[in-house]
Amino acid sequence: MSNPALELASEAGEQLARPVPADSPLAIRGLTVSYGEKPAVFSVDATVPARSMTAIIGPNGAGKSTLLKAALGIVPRLSGRVLAFGVPLAQVMHRIAYVPQRASVDWDFPTRVIDVVLMGLYRELGLLGLVRRHHRERALACLERVGMAEFAGRQIGALSGGQQQRVFLARALAQDADLYLLDEPFAGVDAATERAIIDVLKALKAEKRAVVCVHHDLATVTDYFDHVLLINVRRIAEGPVASTFTAENLQKTYGGRLATAHIDQLKLPAA
Amino acid sequence: MGAEFVQLSLTPLLIGVLAAIACALPGNFLILRRQALIGDAISHVVLPGIVVAFLVTGVTATWPMLLGAAGAAVVAVILIEAIKRLGRIEPGAAMGVAFTSLFAAGVLLLEQSDTSGVHLDVQHALYGNLESLIWFQAEGWHSLADPVALAALPPELVRMAVTAAAIALLTAFFWRPLKLSTFDEGFAGAVGIPTAAVSLGLVIAAAVAAVAAFDAVGSIIVIAMFICPPAAARLMTNRLEVQVLWSVAFAALSAILGYVLAGYGPLWLGADNAVSAAGMIATVSGLILALACLFAPHRARIGAPKGV
Repeated sequence: MSNPALELASEAGEQLARPVPADSPLAIRGLTVSYGEKPAVFSVDATVPARSMTAIIGPNGAGKSTLLKAALGIVPRLSGRVLAFGVPLAQVMHRIAYVPQRASVDWDFPTRVIDVVLMGLYRELGLLGLVRRHHRERALACLERVGMAEFAGRQIGALSGGQQQRVFLARALAQDADLYLLDEPFAGVDAATERAIIDVLKALKAEKRAVVCVHHDLATVTDYFDHVLLINVRRIAEGPVASTFTAENLQKTYGGRLATAHIDQLKLPAA
Repeated sequence: MGAEFVQLSLTPLLIGVLAAIACALPGNFLILRRQALIGDAISHVVLPGIVVAFLVTGVTATWPMLLGAAGAAVVAVILIEAIKRLGRIEPGAAMGVAFTSLFAAGVLLLEQSDTSGVHLDVQHALYGNLESLIWFQAEGWHSLADPVALAALPPELVRMAVTAAAIALLTAFFWRPLKLSTFDEGFAGAVGIPTAAVSLGLVIAAAVAAVAAFDAVGSIIVIAMFICPPAAARLMTNRLEVQVLWSVAFAALSAILGYVLAGYGPLWLGADNAVSAAGMIATVSGLILALACLFAPHRARIGAPKGV
């Protein structure tokens, strides 16, 4: 068996060798997170290209969501550096919008759709800033972009799963960010919502912003994304979808759990 | 409603209302965060706190007692966090373990120590002594303008008023971070809200309310007011802003109605003695919650099926 210390050292060497492009909206180096004794994310590197749509792919428990949260500083990291737009991420949080998993909040919370979208303006409003008409109009415009304007006054508990996801996206749009980090935005949504969300994300990319999604549906990766990061606690592979989203890398990422028949059905990029 | 009312009932009523509001305000957020039990926990650990304070200082003066209670509340909060992290168990179980064992320790300490000669007993901790907080110097409504009489107001009233005002101001000032981090902690962290500090601040505010209230009105009211008015208020509306106002109204209503029913209810029914105001206030708040469960406009929302 290999010597774990040597393995660590070689990985550290690899990190040093991996340069950070100045225009990268998000560059992660050697990120390690641990909830207990076992690391959830171990020494992961990622380099999101400018104006790209990046998918983070991996099996359940691979640390995809944890990677995003740790990059944002929401969960503590054991080690690693995270740069956004060439500077430490904490300095440019205002240029980043985060969309948590829809299931991570209690949708019975007593509030209305428009109020959730207005939360996206927190940095602008501060503790006591008044919500003025132009704030409200901006929030409504964001709801319009995801096709939810007519639901502005609705209690959030009355929404379907797909509608909830669109409201979360509208809140992120209100932040007017340059980097969008979304945790499973397509999980459990209807086809119309999936279409609406991907249209908005592609529009963001067209506006020269970067989008990163934790994504679980392998069948849509080639249609939706141009860059992919495959992780299973460790980084397995990263690069353009065309060269990286291959049967071989998927087998490595999912171990034996992904049936070959399943892989055959995927629209893998032509070799 | 003359001199006798001002002297005997005005201050207990005000103290009851202020205590109820001070507890109900943080209760709104604790319930939405599934932490309602923390109010229960804090109000129980007050007992070992005051016993230890008595054993250390040897007197039953107010400030040592309050400091002891506050210290115990801090110990309980730390203990709950420690049990949660080290034992990897859910928060509810950690709270249950922490407050029952601390309360039990308080009872043992009380029995083993020489406190029989002083006014320090379990009953006082549970029920308080709301009825005894009268305004002795008052001779009628005009005493409200009399500096001499005002100086003799029960100190519990002043303490409770300051506490309730401070909690109301803090809730208003930190409204946005409180609401945002209660609804979506991950997002709140990503927009720069220090979510850990917000939750600690909320628990400390709840502890301050509990400690200030227990002395005047006892733990029973404290536990009831953290939970009943906010829970009933949640069923009245689907907006947090409105819910908090309803919870204040329900808290005040419980305190007033409970006090009046405890004082006069038994007489109306032909009984000789009044019953405990604290017990009656808690009972009324429970009845309001029951009525809200049956008739409030938004009771169907919680747990209702939501379609696709």
